[in-house]
Amino acid sequence: MIELQDISVAFTGKGHAIRAVRNVSLRIGQGEIYGIVGTSGAGKSTLLRTINLLERPDSGRVVLDGRDITNLRGAALRRERQRIGMVFQHFNLLHTSTVYDNVAFTLEIAGKSRQEISERVPELLNLVGLADKAGAYPAQLSGGQKQRVGIARAIANHPEVLLCDEPTSALDLETSASILELLQEVNARLGITIVLISHEMSVIKKICTRVAVMDAGEVIEEGDVYDIFATPQQPFTRQLVDHTFNLDLPQRLTQELSGTLLKILFLGDRAETPVLSDVTLRFGVSVNILHGKIEYINNRAIGLLVALLGNGPDVPQSLTGSARIASAVEFIRSNTARVEVLHA
Amino acid sequence: MPEVLTTLLSDLTLAFGETFLMVGTSSLFAVVGGLPLGFLLYITEKKLFWDNQIAYALGSFFVNVIRSVPFVILLVVLLPLTQFVLGTTIGPVAASIPLSVAAIAFYARLVEGALCEVDPGIIEAAQAFGASPLRIVGRVLLREALPGFLRGFTVTLISLIGYSAMAGIVGGGGVGDLAIRFGYYRYQTNVMVVTVIALIVLVQVVQTLGDRAAKRADKKGN
Repeated sequence: MIELQDISVAFTGKGHAIRAVRNVSLRIGQGEIYGIVGTSGAGKSTLLRTINLLERPDSGRVVLDGRDITNLRGAALRRERQRIGMVFQHFNLLHTSTVYDNVAFTLEIAGKSRQEISERVPELLNLVGLADKAGAYPAQLSGGQKQRVGIARAIANHPEVLLCDEPTSALDLETSASILELLQEVNARLGITIVLISHEMSVIKKICTRVAVMDAGEVIEEGDVYDIFATPQQPFTRQLVDHTFNLDLPQRLTQELSGTLLKILFLGDRAETPVLSDVTLRFGVSVNILHGKIEYINNRAIGLLVALLGNGPDVPQSLTGSARIASAVEFIRSNTARVEVLHA
Repeated sequence: MPEVLTTLLSDLTLAFGETFLMVGTSSLFAVVGGLPLGFLLYITEKKLFWDNQIAYALGSFFVNVIRSVPFVILLVVLLPLTQFVLGTTIGPVAASIPLSVAAIAFYARLVEGALCEVDPGIIEAAQAFGASPLRIVGRVLLREALPGFLRGFTVTLISLIGYSAMAGIVGGGGVGDLAIRFGYYRYQTNVMVVTVIALIVLVQVVQTLGDRAAKRADKKGN
């Protein structure tokens, strides 16, 4: 369990101090994959680095499993750091050492014997799928392979926590996905708590269980990844989420619209009731679906539809067209998670 | 004619022997003294584990003072030191003293430069895994900067060959001295030509070997 209590970090820039992290408190549970998301410069990397004290907080406390490590220095700090692995965006491997020696390096730091190292390294290289690359130098590896070495060496000493600083940001999409799968496997098989920062919601969505959203040095929203995606509270979070769903319509469509354009959010079981077909029957409106997406986050569904409501052919005489559409919107609103009117 | 040639040959052999002695001794000191001094400059300046502005300022000042004095003058300025250490100021061994001082300062800067070229991320990773300062110096910096150290050493060696030519001024002998005495003062142009060719060959060999060693140490390229 990692507890960050009221952490602040300031940098002295040109003449004035910049507060990179402001009064952040987080609790990260054992075995979680915890994401920290935000734009670059939001302070997420600084916050992550306070966990192993690469960045010393100006105020606040870092507590690992009940041990306050904030003021540790020297050998005591180095011992603590051996229990915290770290994976970097740019891998940071020793260029002049082979893959084997890079992994052996962290074991040497922990004072392991040559015998133990020669048993452990092949085991780790097997785990990350690089058994045949032991003798290669980093320059001979692809980005994804380098990051696999980075992960192997980071978990070599059986750490309790693995800090991942933008682990996939230097990789292409496909490689990125395989690295995330590997991290997930590390978490599931070895029970290592992972704290991962990323500027991409899609990364968070793929592997994290909980997430903190950072903006300008502060955590503005925190919770289950599903909840953050389903019901973002802050405008900034909503923007991040929208970006991921990416439901932009071509301009041609939005200009020629006649009718009411709705963005409808379906959550969980609700997604399974046939709301839209009910609407056409009950209110005699037409429903034209222009865009849609269903995402599964931690095995739960989030559905988003962009639909255009218009007057149907069978017009019940009792109601005018606009009143019918208004009651149809109300009906949808009461039967789904959220309805946004994009265009009336 | 053959007699002249044999004299030249034996003169050359002697002169090269003296040059090797001077360059060898001073380059040894360049490594023994310049490497630690370069590390000191790097470590005291960077915010790693011992940033110390006073130590850096002192080290840097020493290096700058030595490097700002032209070698011919350093040679003369350091005569008292040479006298004190060896009891004499004449001969290639005596000339090795100012050469060594210059070499230490020269190489220290190149070592510092090579260390600055090491990716800070690698050092940070080592720190994140709990490596001690000693291990960071010995296992990370020394090895990651090795190609730079070797390239710097090659540059130093070649500069020292050049510097050693001035050693004739204090009776140090060597190839440069030979060239000046015979080629310039006695108008024996052929001696001058032969020495120049010999020096060109020597520098080529040193540079080629240095490049090869640096390339072997540098795993980024292959």
